[in-house]
Amino acid sequence: MNFILIAVIVLGAIGLIAAFVLYVCSKKFAVYEDPRIAQVSALLPGANCGGCGFPGCSGMADALVKGADAGSLDGLNCPVGGAEVMGPVADLLGMAIANGEPKVAVVRCNGSCEHRPKVAEYAGLRTCSAMNACGAGETACGFGCLGCGDCVAACQFGAIGMNPETGLPEVDEEKCTACGACVKACPRHIIELRKKGPKGRRVYVSCVNKDKGAVSMKACKVSCIGCSKCVKECPFGAITVENNCSYIDPEKCRLCKKCVAVCPTKAIVAVNFPTPKPKPENPEATEAPTNQERKEAQA
Amino acid sequence: MNARTFRIGGIHPEENKLTHEVETKVAPLPKQAIFPLSQHIGAPAKPVVQKGDKVKVGTLIAEAGGFVSAPIYSSVSGTVLKIDTAIDATGYRKPCIIISVEGDEWEESIDRSTKLELVKDHPELTPEEIVGRVKTAGITGMGGAGFPTFIKLTPPPTATAECVIINAVECEPYITADYRLMMEKADEILVGLELLMKAAKVTKGYIGIETNKPKAIDLLSKKSAEVFGGTEYSVEVVPLKQRYPQGGEKQLVDAVIGRQVPAPPAIPVNVGAIVQNVGTAFAVYEAVMKRKPLFERYTTVTGKRLQHPGNYLVRMGTPMQDLIDLCGGMPEGDCKLLAGGPMMGKALTSTEVPVCKGTNSVTLLSDDDARRKEPQPCIRCAKCVGACPMGLEPYLLSKLSELKNWERAEHEDIVSCIECGSCQFTCPAHRPLLDYIRQGKQTVMGIIRSRK
Repeated sequence: MNFILIAVIVLGAIGLIAAFVLYVCSKKFAVYEDPRIAQVSALLPGANCGGCGFPGCSGMADALVKGADAGSLDGLNCPVGGAEVMGPVADLLGMAIANGEPKVAVVRCNGSCEHRPKVAEYAGLRTCSAMNACGAGETACGFGCLGCGDCVAACQFGAIGMNPETGLPEVDEEKCTACGACVKACPRHIIELRKKGPKGRRVYVSCVNKDKGAVSMKACKVSCIGCSKCVKECPFGAITVENNCSYIDPEKCRLCKKCVAVCPTKAIVAVNFPTPKPKPENPEATEAPTNQERKEAQA
Repeated sequence: MNARTFRIGGIHPEENKLTHEVETKVAPLPKQAIFPLSQHIGAPAKPVVQKGDKVKVGTLIAEAGGFVSAPIYSSVSGTVLKIDTAIDATGYRKPCIIISVEGDEWEESIDRSTKLELVKDHPELTPEEIVGRVKTAGITGMGGAGFPTFIKLTPPPTATAECVIINAVECEPYITADYRLMMEKADEILVGLELLMKAAKVTKGYIGIETNKPKAIDLLSKKSAEVFGGTEYSVEVVPLKQRYPQGGEKQLVDAVIGRQVPAPPAIPVNVGAIVQNVGTAFAVYEAVMKRKPLFERYTTVTGKRLQHPGNYLVRMGTPMQDLIDLCGGMPEGDCKLLAGGPMMGKALTSTEVPVCKGTNSVTLLSDDDARRKEPQPCIRCAKCVGACPMGLEPYLLSKLSELKNWERAEHEDIVSCIECGSCQFTCPAHRPLLDYIRQGKQTVMGIIRSRK
């Protein structure tokens, strides 16, 4: 009887002391976390892809709340969720929607097996980064896609797949969240995040070869040879040629497709445009001035 | 013979020294010589000639582009055709100077006589003067890595050199260029060694030679006793057991003087040794005594399927195709072309790659020898651990780099890897260990650099 009583008293006392200590600690060492961080976190997709530039979604939530306190959500955008996610987040924080234009990963290499003949056989580790460290790869182009799929492995959304026929990666625009993981994974820096464009229409140079024209032409039939024809043709000054390679600034490009028509190697690509209707002669010529007029009207 | 070797790891690949007893021939001049601006470790050289300039053999065509860099001299006389890009041993197109060859006119400052000049006849050669001439001559390590030699001769103030070790190991299979050089230019090499010792202000010298070259060991032992007997210098020819990668600096220091070089950033001079390739010693002799800058070298052209493999004295800038043609042309069937030997050599995708300062061999491996076997799962036999001469754990490093665990890889000392390939050679499951480790090493070194 005594033993039982003593045990109950002792345990009860320990329990009380422990409870008191825990209570004191919880008050004394409490860390205040803004409840909004958890709320914002819940709204974010939770993919922890890092596409926003923060380590995971909670990092982003933290930055969003801090941004809201500082009075602006500029530069904070969830590329995965886009406006659908950022809208509710902005509402929660009582801010205007930070408007990020939707982007998509674009593979800037068109050197399929047919256009870019193999000159060597690579027997080492089948990753792009290993192949890149060994030399130019299996073709003579030292800039183009190596075809081992480091980008495919890096994509968490299953948005990139290798096309076995061309040996080039292809981006599924529906699934691509523009998180930029593939951009980082590509040792040749071929993949770029570009504006998705109206109805997914984009015009870009699908080549990053910086060799002189004759050399790059020999390595790949559809390489940019830096001839600058597109620069002269572009009415909006969107195209620049640097190191024998042309680049179209997506901010300035107005999708007139004039450059596509003049490119002698078909290195400039236009995607998601409706196929031209059965031939009224030069459709570009009629389309381009309207663009020009529109621009002038805007100015 | 009581041969020494290094303490840990190592392998013994099949030697295949096909050209051991083939005397060196002088390779004919190329029609066009290509000089990549980056033939050494460090900053690329800066061109000092322009298109259309006339150059002679030994004319400076590019000056050092920084402290760790080396000038480049023309190996031919002719006209600068263009400064353009061409594929070099990295496999990529890199800036280079292309000269079209006309005649063979040498700069007058070069002494072309074969008279052996001795150090004692040249009292003007102070250590500083020697280092200066080595620097101006554009000499870089001739064993392959291509580190500018003058820097090695001026150790950092924290370290004191005690001896010079001549690396005449040539542990790579197939290559025999250093062996031929020793057999044919032994006197010059010993004068070169004396110059190196004088420049480094030491009196102790070693020449490390593997026991598969008994003639070279005998010849150099005899000659060095003659040359250095009764002088302030003491030179010892050290016979070494055949073991790859004994030609690695750190392994050689361990084998010859029994000291272990700590992990990077430590270098051999931190334990008192300056290691120079035997080809470098010869180049130093020519540069200092004959005022001849570095523009030609001994190169082995070899391969089991080549009709007449041989050793050649090659002007730098000569395309490898010319050398292969000299040996009976490209053999039938698939081949793997390597700049260097089968263990450390660099696979090339073009035969137009020129011979550079560090090209000790042009090796053509037959398809059967070169083809990799299908990798199997690791069976944890730890053979790679036993083979690693740096005491690393290759299976672990390769896995860490496959999993991109850079932090742990750094902790496991991935940057100590010398990329000798012993692990991959010994792996019974044919795993691409070095491929992964090399990738991891590069990434980790990048991370370490960005931290500074």
